[in-house]
Amino acid sequence: MIMLFLALVSWGASAQHDHSSSGHSGSSHSNTAPKMKEEPRVIPSIKVKHSLLATSILDNYLALKDALVDDNSKKAASSGKMLFDALGKFDLSSQDASKQKELKEILDDAKENAEHISENGDKIDHQREHFEVLGGDLKDLIVITGSDRTLYQLFCPMYNNNKGGKWLSVSDKIKNPFFGKKMEKCGRVLVEISVK
Amino acid sequence: MKLLKRIGLAILVVLVGIQFISTRTNQSSEVPSTDFILTYKVPDEVGQTLHTSCYNCHSNNTNYPWYSHVQPVGWFLKNHIKKGKAELNFNEFGSYSVRKQKSKLKSMASQIEQDEMPLPSYTLIHRDARLTPESKKLLVDYLNALQDSLQ
Repeated sequence: MIMLFLALVSWGASAQHDHSSSGHSGSSHSNTAPKMKEEPRVIPSIKVKHSLLATSILDNYLALKDALVDDNSKKAASSGKMLFDALGKFDLSSQDASKQKELKEILDDAKENAEHISENGDKIDHQREHFEVLGGDLKDLIVITGSDRTLYQLFCPMYNNNKGGKWLSVSDKIKNPFFGKKMEKCGRVLVEISVK
Repeated sequence: MKLLKRIGLAILVVLVGIQFISTRTNQSSEVPSTDFILTYKVPDEVGQTLHTSCYNCHSNNTNYPWYSHVQPVGWFLKNHIKKGKAELNFNEFGSYSVRKQKSKLKSMASQIEQDEMPLPSYTLIHRDARLTPESKKLLVDYLNALQDSLQ
């Protein structure tokens, strides 16, 4: 399952790469026109079950993401605190016994990252570092527990000295939480996570 | 005036009194198998650097400086070490989940890279704990490579 997912993602990544390079060669005069002519790219998709368990976690994560898009570290800190609380309220006992260990590890890591974000209201770069790890944690979380909404995992290749960074959003429209207004449009869709 | 004298005396008594409260509680000669350096067979040079610059506050064994005898400095240190260990304890690293290990490795590398760690207030007194540009690079490269190798 993981291998298949990785294969899909890397295929999506290379497809995007081919696409953008061909787009560049034919569009030296205009930045917007060629986009209209692009054929829709096939986005890899995974399906998760419908569940309300992660609703408040996702609500607060997305509020945190929006605060970082707006370069608002104070608001990011308060959303981080609310996210921390929501993660703490997650009821592990409702989950399959075989999944509880992994879920606990995910929740623990996510809580630690949320806590750092809440405690660093004056250091937005530091908040963004933890936000990046958090996005991976929450994606893994909803793959197991399910989601109440369609989400997109987005990817900014330039973040962290070009190592790249991922995040989750309800929209496939890019609003970059790692660079904020400095580079709002940097990024692309990696995978669509839809609800069965 | 008499009142001032009394207050002064009371402060003195408290200051002397608190010197008898030991705070050197973070000491252990045992290195558990979950220790970071043991778990990952860390190269000597990296291990040495970690010991000198990080282990005092991030392990179960602190090499206490003389001024930790002086209160309330010792209390400040105690609290400081407690927080440091809660955040990251090299002695327990091997017992962390792989997810947490990767998370921590990422944070370690970035904290070192940005000169946030070791704390400037710490290296001010512990000059030997300062990282040279070379030792910084050595650590960051090692930590990043280890993070990438963990699945």
